[in-house]
Amino acid sequence: MNALERHRKLTAIWASEPGFRGWFSTVNHNDLGRMFLVTSFFFFIIGGLLAMLIRVQLATPHSAFAGPEIYNQIFTMHGTIMMFLFAIPTFEGLAIYLLPKILGTRDLAFPRLTAYGFWCYAFGGTMMLTAMVFGIAPDGGWFMYPPLTGAIHSPGINTDFWLIGITFVEISAIAAAVEITVSILKFRAPGMSLDKMPIFAWYALITALMILTGFPPLILGSILLEVERAFGFPFFQVELGGDSLLWQHLFWLFGHPEVYIIFLPAAGVISTVLPVMCRTTLLGYGWIVASAVALAFLSFGLWVHHMFTTGIPHMGLAFFSAASTLVAVPTGVQIFAWIGTMWKGRPELRLPMLHLLGFFFTFVIGGLTGVMVAVVPFDWQAHDTAFITAHLHYVLFGGFVFPIFAGVYYWLPHVTGRKRFFHLGEFAFALVFLGFHVTFLAMHWVGLLGQRRRISTYAPEDGWTAINLISSVGSFVLAIGIGMILIDVVLHALTATRGRRNPWGAGTLEWAMMTPAPAYNFASLPHVTGREPLTLLPDLATALARGEGYLGEPRHGWRETLTVDIASGKPDMHVLYPANTRLPILMSAVTGVFFVSLLLKFYWTIPVAVVGVAYLAWRWAWVLGRTDDPQVRPVGHGVELPDAAATDRPPGWWGSVFLLTANATFFGSLLFGFAFLWTIAPGWPPPRWFAASPVWLGAGIIGAVLSPVSMRLAIRTNRRGGGPVPGVVLSLAGTAALGLTCAAMMLGTPPPAEHAYNATLFVLGSYGLFHATLAMLMTVFLAARVLRGFTSAVRRAEFAIVGLWIDYACITGVLILLAGHLPTLLS
Amino acid sequence: MLAGAALILTLVIVLVSLSFRRGDSADTKADGDGVRQVRVWIVGLGLVFPMTVLAALLAYGLFIGERLLPRAADDVARVGAEGRLSAWTFTYEDAPGRRTEGMLHIPAGRPVDVAITTVDVIHSFWVPRLAGKLDAIPGRVNVLRIEADAPGRYEGVSAEFSGVGYDGFTFTVTAHDPSEWDAFLRGNPE
Repeated sequence: MNALERHRKLTAIWASEPGFRGWFSTVNHNDLGRMFLVTSFFFFIIGGLLAMLIRVQLATPHSAFAGPEIYNQIFTMHGTIMMFLFAIPTFEGLAIYLLPKILGTRDLAFPRLTAYGFWCYAFGGTMMLTAMVFGIAPDGGWFMYPPLTGAIHSPGINTDFWLIGITFVEISAIAAAVEITVSILKFRAPGMSLDKMPIFAWYALITALMILTGFPPLILGSILLEVERAFGFPFFQVELGGDSLLWQHLFWLFGHPEVYIIFLPAAGVISTVLPVMCRTTLLGYGWIVASAVALAFLSFGLWVHHMFTTGIPHMGLAFFSAASTLVAVPTGVQIFAWIGTMWKGRPELRLPMLHLLGFFFTFVIGGLTGVMVAVVPFDWQAHDTAFITAHLHYVLFGGFVFPIFAGVYYWLPHVTGRKRFFHLGEFAFALVFLGFHVTFLAMHWVGLLGQRRRISTYAPEDGWTAINLISSVGSFVLAIGIGMILIDVVLHALTATRGRRNPWGAGTLEWAMMTPAPAYNFASLPHVTGREPLTLLPDLATALARGEGYLGEPRHGWRETLTVDIASGKPDMHVLYPANTRLPILMSAVTGVFFVSLLLKFYWTIPVAVVGVAYLAWRWAWVLGRTDDPQVRPVGHGVELPDAAATDRPPGWWGSVFLLTANATFFGSLLFGFAFLWTIAPGWPPPRWFAASPVWLGAGIIGAVLSPVSMRLAIRTNRRGGGPVPGVVLSLAGTAALGLTCAAMMLGTPPPAEHAYNATLFVLGSYGLFHATLAMLMTVFLAARVLRGFTSAVRRAEFAIVGLWIDYACITGVLILLAGHLPTLLS
Repeated sequence: MLAGAALILTLVIVLVSLSFRRGDSADTKADGDGVRQVRVWIVGLGLVFPMTVLAALLAYGLFIGERLLPRAADDVARVGAEGRLSAWTFTYEDAPGRRTEGMLHIPAGRPVDVAITTVDVIHSFWVPRLAGKLDAIPGRVNVLRIEADAPGRYEGVSAEFSGVGYDGFTFTVTAHDPSEWDAFLRGNPE
């Protein structure tokens, strides 16, 4: 078989359906990565237009352009769109498109999950846009502080759009993060040990892990606030035992890591693009990985610096001030490692390099003003002024937008297979750079003169008129520059001439394929021996196209790849991917019905949607797998691998581990909230306590022990060739007992609307009930699979996955029962 | 702080620009293992340099912060500031029952503790020329120490977004000399 025949056969197997129908059924990361990026830049344009409206409003004093009602929606939506619908999805899109290529494999770990995440993002984003079109968009500022956003002060549907719409969109962030983590850890080319992994993958891995631990507090906060608004559970109402500060803690526990979740992928782009622009290798690879890890850890310890003015004791502020300044150290390590890389090589002023220079200048200023506001007395003055707005734009534009533009121009030839023809980009960069700094330097200044953020207008006597006008003029120059970049990119994609492969002379694997990338990425998978495989083997691309790597022979119409051992990169499993399907878009549509029902308070459609999602999830898992025992499969070069279904640690198990990591963070935040209210909120103790019962507690704990123990028994029996059904049924009974006690706790709690204590116990109980129900559903699924012959002593992977979810439900269930019962039993 | 920031920014710009020099960096290029480069760039400039600067800055900030805290003193005047959409109401410990709206009266040249509260959403009490800002949080009393050196009027704003009406949510602080302050406490404000 020659290279062309191989290409045709593989394309027939991997391609999505032709035409626009293919968009709805594709599960291929090539398509979905591009769809993510196009959608996120669409939202970037919308967010940018809103920014223009803000600058029009502030250009002159006593502006009559928009009243405060509209203006509040505009700035809230500007922040919300840029953070949640542009920055995070851009990272997701970039990672989804690039990672399999950089890692030398054919697709991400869970192709259908990629598609599900995309559609949740698209539908959730549409919800937010709908709100804006009808003039009922959120208007409480992008961090939505209650009580302003509570039912009393914001009775309209505006706030609900934010809480429900953003939670819907966050599904895609969590899905992508699980996907990216498992893909980087397991789905790499053979031989690519962790220390040979390209630096971008390290950054993406750290970012994905941060999403898994950073987003759950926000999701929890949104759910609690929405429940408070809809059903009157007083989590944030101080008269009834709640505390508005709880929201601030949960929000910034997410919000600060969020800044690094945005910066780290951009830093990954810089660390990839900069050495290529300087014709050298990255200085201090190990140091950079270590400092990115340090940044990730530190970023979870400084959320309180957004709350310096809330009256927290000064010693507490000292700790967070120290942590906030300390975070500049790993950032400094990276900046100087990059400058050292430039000294080491021969930098060339090509277009991506211009944007990287823009990054250096802008981000360093943003970092320095960041250190200023980390100093407590300075922050007491600067907090909530335009100085902060200017600072955060320097950080986000410098630390994200410039590097992303560098990345766009760097990888554009890869996406289109063309070379630049119109040289609009250089001029556009000059406009963006100039426009940005005029806009936001002025904003620092007017902030120091006392202009508060979020005011819709000011008086001529304030003396801010000239500065605001300069800022607004700058912002229009900036907007024109960005518009030109977008035009440049579109022109490039439509009209430029064919380019050659690997135009930059890069060493990473994404350039070892034809461009635009074929649906299957690599005709055969490379064996990696260094960090820059293409530098070591310049002819790698042709060798792979000739099928000289692993899995070079298309067979049985399979979409196949292999996974590797996490640390060493030794091949360990053979994986068959699902093909094109409309299941993801259908499932996210039904998920959307759930969220829209909540929004419009159509409570009778909620159970329908829940059952619909459960049914589709059942289908989702059911269509995979086989009823005969797979043989060990040859993958080329004399290597034979077991099928993923015949292992104890299949990809689904790894996915569950990381999904449960996010879930555990959610649960931990809930317990934190409970402890916070109990110890800090003024309105405690509650008027009535939950009537704890040692009998219920005992029954629940026995169930929670019985269930995982009998599941382990079932797993062992199955391995020995015996019948696992008795163990599975016993496990089901144990989980059911646990679920019942959680339900009893919900029913036994005094009315939740009466006090935050009751409300929290009710939510804890429903969390336990939900997870017990989920575990039961999975156990029933497993039993059905056993009866239909989908499992055997060899095909045991599904037991491991269900066992994991049962363990999680039982551990959290016991903690919930203890949290509910112990305080009253002990007192 | 501004000068220091400008200095560091200049350093970075100079270092980035110098990397574009051609030809005369043969010694660094020949240094294949990069040990020296790592020592200079990463350990020296990346670790030691920021840590030194930041430690000094942090110590300075905490020192200033401690000085700004309300300390016990004999002559402290105590007032209350209660935020509501969209006005501030002020009360005076030395004149029980006295309430003023939109105008806070304080004695000049004496430390004043403002007990900040709110009856509805979160607000923030900020008189830029007298002190930093401090939030009014439901269910809590936050105490801010302010001091006006000379009699006069000082403009104040509410500095936490509170919805429609936030633009014009301002107040004024009037600092009196001792005789005027006595007169105010006795009930004739001017």
